[in-house]
Amino acid sequence: MRNALRNVLLALLFAPLAALAAGGSLKLDRAPDRSTDPAALQNGAKLFVNNCLNCHGASYVRYNRLQDIGLTEQQIKDNLMFTAEKIGEPMGISMSRKDAKEFFGAWPPDLSLIARSRASGDGSGADWLYTYLRGFYRDESRPTGWNNVAFPSVGMPHALWELQGEQAMGADHQLTLVRPGKLSPKEYDDAVGDLVAFMVWMAEPQAQLRKQLGVAVLLFLAVLFVVAYALKRAYWKDVH
Amino acid sequence: MASTNFEKHKPDGSLAGNVLEWIDARFPLTANWKAHLSEYYAPKNFNFWYFFGSLALLVLVMQIVTGIFLVMHYKPDASLNAAGVPVAFASVEYIMRDVPWGWLIRYMHSTGASAFFVVVYLHMFRAMLYGSYRKPRELLWIFGVLIYLCLMAEAFAGYLLPWGQMSYWGAQVILNLFSAIPFIGNDLALWIRGDYVIADATLNRMFAFHVIAIPLALLGLVAAHILALHEVGSNNPDGIEIKKHKDPQTGIPLDGIPFHPYYTVKDIVGVVVFLAVFSIIVFFAPEMGGYFLEYNNFIPADPLVTPPHIAPVWYFTPFYSILRANTVNFFWIDAKLWGVIFMGLGVMVLFFLPWLDRSPAKSIRYRGPIYKSALAIFIVAFFILGYLGMQAPTPVYTIISQVCTVIYFLFFLLMPWYTRIDKCKPEPERVTK
Amino acid sequence: MSSDKKEVDCGRRNLVFATAAVGGVATVATAVPFLASMSPSERAKAAGAPVEADISNLSPGEMMRIEWRGKPVWIIRRTKEMLESLGKINDRLSDPASKRPMQPEYAKNEARSIKPEYLVVVGICTHLGCSPTDKFKTGAESGINADWPGGFLCPCHGSLFDLAGRVYKSMPAPDNLEVPPHYYLSDTRILIGEDKA
Repeated sequence: MRNALRNVLLALLFAPLAALAAGGSLKLDRAPDRSTDPAALQNGAKLFVNNCLNCHGASYVRYNRLQDIGLTEQQIKDNLMFTAEKIGEPMGISMSRKDAKEFFGAWPPDLSLIARSRASGDGSGADWLYTYLRGFYRDESRPTGWNNVAFPSVGMPHALWELQGEQAMGADHQLTLVRPGKLSPKEYDDAVGDLVAFMVWMAEPQAQLRKQLGVAVLLFLAVLFVVAYALKRAYWKDVH
Repeated sequence: MASTNFEKHKPDGSLAGNVLEWIDARFPLTANWKAHLSEYYAPKNFNFWYFFGSLALLVLVMQIVTGIFLVMHYKPDASLNAAGVPVAFASVEYIMRDVPWGWLIRYMHSTGASAFFVVVYLHMFRAMLYGSYRKPRELLWIFGVLIYLCLMAEAFAGYLLPWGQMSYWGAQVILNLFSAIPFIGNDLALWIRGDYVIADATLNRMFAFHVIAIPLALLGLVAAHILALHEVGSNNPDGIEIKKHKDPQTGIPLDGIPFHPYYTVKDIVGVVVFLAVFSIIVFFAPEMGGYFLEYNNFIPADPLVTPPHIAPVWYFTPFYSILRANTVNFFWIDAKLWGVIFMGLGVMVLFFLPWLDRSPAKSIRYRGPIYKSALAIFIVAFFILGYLGMQAPTPVYTIISQVCTVIYFLFFLLMPWYTRIDKCKPEPERVTK
Repeated sequence: MSSDKKEVDCGRRNLVFATAAVGGVATVATAVPFLASMSPSERAKAAGAPVEADISNLSPGEMMRIEWRGKPVWIIRRTKEMLESLGKINDRLSDPASKRPMQPEYAKNEARSIKPEYLVVVGICTHLGCSPTDKFKTGAESGINADWPGGFLCPCHGSLFDLAGRVYKSMPAPDNLEVPPHYYLSDTRILIGEDKA
């Protein structure tokens, strides 16, 4: 019986690992973790507002929430708030759904939650975004002239091509930079790292608070455990 | 002891004593306190497995309380808002971002759903370890299985409410099962949905089931479950009746101790440990790697695009595997209907467990090697079915799931035979430590 | 089991208190987020944010209405005669100098305003929340009484207010109309909903 139980436990432990191993259809690059770096998050916010917010909304995120990443209300109003009148409004886009459908053929998805929805057995949502935003290459067979390693036949052209330059897909399935952009490859990776960190923040702005609170709650429960266990012992000393 | 005052029937002149007497003359407060807590005698040899009943009650309360607060902000509405997002989906994100502490309440509720199944599965496994379903506890077990059925319905209805891609397509697949029923199936599925596809009407009725209908049934069944338990008394890891040996003077079972204070203080320890594990998930891994909150459910429901891989939430997957394992048309019935039938039987067979088990011993401690092996194989098969239910089907997986489905049913169907021929050890007269 | 109930086990009793105390703190701490979740959300706060009013087109003797937190806010540009009438009826008013609390400092004067010419007031009767109607015509023409100097009449229970939103004596409404927090961004723009920082 004990052996059987142990086997069950082992099976339980290994099931998720097996799932990971089975799911490895795409090798994702690991995104750097900058979730607690305000400078990176602020730079990411700037990149996001300047490059993404023109077509994609982030309609669950209010501008004043950006104070959580260390910006002041005035800084937000002056540098980031292009699509709203008031600081409490969400980061929507001014384009209507109908117009967007005419311009792009499809409604560009809202990006508030993209970092959560893109997680999979292959890696976190951050990893996927980091690979995706660095994985555009020239492909003349596509209507936009662009394709992507993480998102084959992607509908969006490379929005950051001025920064990254143009990549081409070699016969060996490796990407090479054929025309440099404003940033060196290293600088570009760094910028995308910031952008992805911001998108991760956007998907769950309270994540840091959640973890901090979790530590406090567990410490408190530890205290409660000590007293409760002592109480149990005090009563059960009578039971023989 | 805190309970001394309470147990005294005559007023001691204090205000509390007078109030209690006033109440007791009009409502059986002290009588109930005694019957269910301070003079309910439980076996003294409960082990780790006996925590999960009270934990299930705790999770039920937690789900009700968090649920009440979520309903204050959630909107069951499939229409699109100005930003082009379904109102229901947006209202969940509203809870997560705009409502003060809404994220915590929502994570407690979503983690609570999985936690409920974890403790209930462990609670059921306990019953199988120690034969807690055997005479005279058959009805207690049946109430328990009914609670489990209600819980599945409750979880299914609740999972539709966030109106994400997995909510939508999961419900699509499950509700389409009804269309497998001959003759009336398609009309029945249509009637359940209230529309030609999963739509606003479906969302609203699932909301009604989730917040009112099923919780009411669940509360009633839980009350019946506890009343039945307190009527027959608790089983224990030795699987023997403590009522056989009573103190001749007091009539109290010699191996029994009052539930309060002994098991209340013990269960508090269990509750604290449970809350610690629960908090680790809520605060550090609320998605639990995509098992508790599925990644695709962060995309609003889109009736035009099915996600590449849909699987039910983990607690349904063993039965989902049984459903998919049936790939042959058999007699005049097609594979789809067989799948539905077997899935239904897979749950229904639990009701008959008290009469399938013919072993002279109740507890695993005194049963022979055959039952021990059978239970171990059954549990492994159940886990494999659960795992396969999350995976995309492949030919090999399908064969494995078919084998495990057969094991699942053989465990129950052969039970009258193998439990009778098993070599059991003699049960002790009194409980052991 | 020890069963002599007379004997009090001090260690055990202290532990009961300790567990109850720590558990009680845990319960209260858990209740806080639940109760807090019922206070206004970020959306409600954003919708209730201060609003700006442009008063450049408001001519003397007119009033404009503006919505703030779902309530009507009136801005009345008073004429000289209107302002003069305010001082004459003090004996008929319940709280002529606006001494009762719940008013910002700048409303504690006869005109109940920062600039005497402009009255900014929440157009909700302090009785039961109806919105009074303006009765700017004076005397018998107003339909109220012969010496009516102009003011407001609440249609629900007949409370009368003067042109500074002050309530008359013996009216159902207990208090003067509420002056919302506000300040002048410029000569022609008022921000309603916030005091000057």
